[in-house]
Amino acid sequence: MRKTVKPVVFLMADDDPDDRLLIKEAFQESLISNSIYFVEDGVELMNYLRKQDEFAHPTDAPTPDLILLDLNMPRKDGREALAEIKSDPRLRYIPVVVLTTSKAEEDIMRSYDIGAASYITKPVTFDGLVEAIRGLGQYWVQIVRLPIIEKAKR
Amino acid sequence: MPQQNLSLNILTAEDDPDDCLLVEEAFQECSQENHLFFVEDGITLLQYLRRQGSFAEPASAPRPDLILLDLNMPHKDGRESLAEIKADPDLRSIPVVVLTASNAEEDVFRTYELGGAGFITKPASFQGMLDLARGLNQYWFEVVELVKNDDI
Repeated sequence: MRKTVKPVVFLMADDDPDDRLLIKEAFQESLISNSIYFVEDGVELMNYLRKQDEFAHPTDAPTPDLILLDLNMPRKDGREALAEIKSDPRLRYIPVVVLTTSKAEEDIMRSYDIGAASYITKPVTFDGLVEAIRGLGQYWVQIVRLPIIEKAKR
Repeated sequence: MPQQNLSLNILTAEDDPDDCLLVEEAFQECSQENHLFFVEDGITLLQYLRRQGSFAEPASAPRPDLILLDLNMPHKDGRESLAEIKADPDLRSIPVVVLTASNAEEDVFRTYELGGAGFITKPASFQGMLDLARGLNQYWFEVVELVKNDDI
């Protein structure tokens, strides 16, 4: 297992403000990382990743080490955003974990098919969510090694 | 938490028999529920996944839920194998975790760029391997939903 040298930056795309708050609290509770940023839909996610529009200032949008992606969002949904990330040579190396209420077999299949690194169904209780986030953090922060993103890219 | 990942088929591609044994013992020690399969290079890995050659009989090659992939192997290495798996519409939905002796930053980056679901440097001790097997089991069994797989 690896020692964490710098905080892992997470970026969560979720349109539901309550869910964003719960995720934020679950992150704090599970002591995974305090570096979690939020966007509200797929359009904002792509703008964040490409540092466009409201994210044009470099410090506003640090490049995430891992993206947590809801599937059902307005304007551009998670499936489209995932496909776009995985077909962009500058972004495709960032692992994307789908975190959604959907349990549909088709969504699971489709997500892996277009390049999701994992698929997690949002637990209904807060305790369940904390446990899932802890498991997520354990894997992505402690077990695996993520690419080091050079300062220039941040 | 998902309920259906009751037993996982884990396919390990690894050319070193000692490393295969370590993986096997560590996974067996932390869970009896896994079905472990081993291939020794990239060519055999792709034959297994495509049920070609000595794997023509479907029962001899159950579809894996998770692939553990060494990078440096003869015939066809892990990088090529990963690229091939992720370019194949029938195989790309299987998560591939790289488990290698390599520590090179380029290998880490490349793994994710090619669609790997994790890069892990092989632990040096059996205890380390055991902790790793537990961690992998916990994440892929209990946290994550995998594509439904009726093999085995």
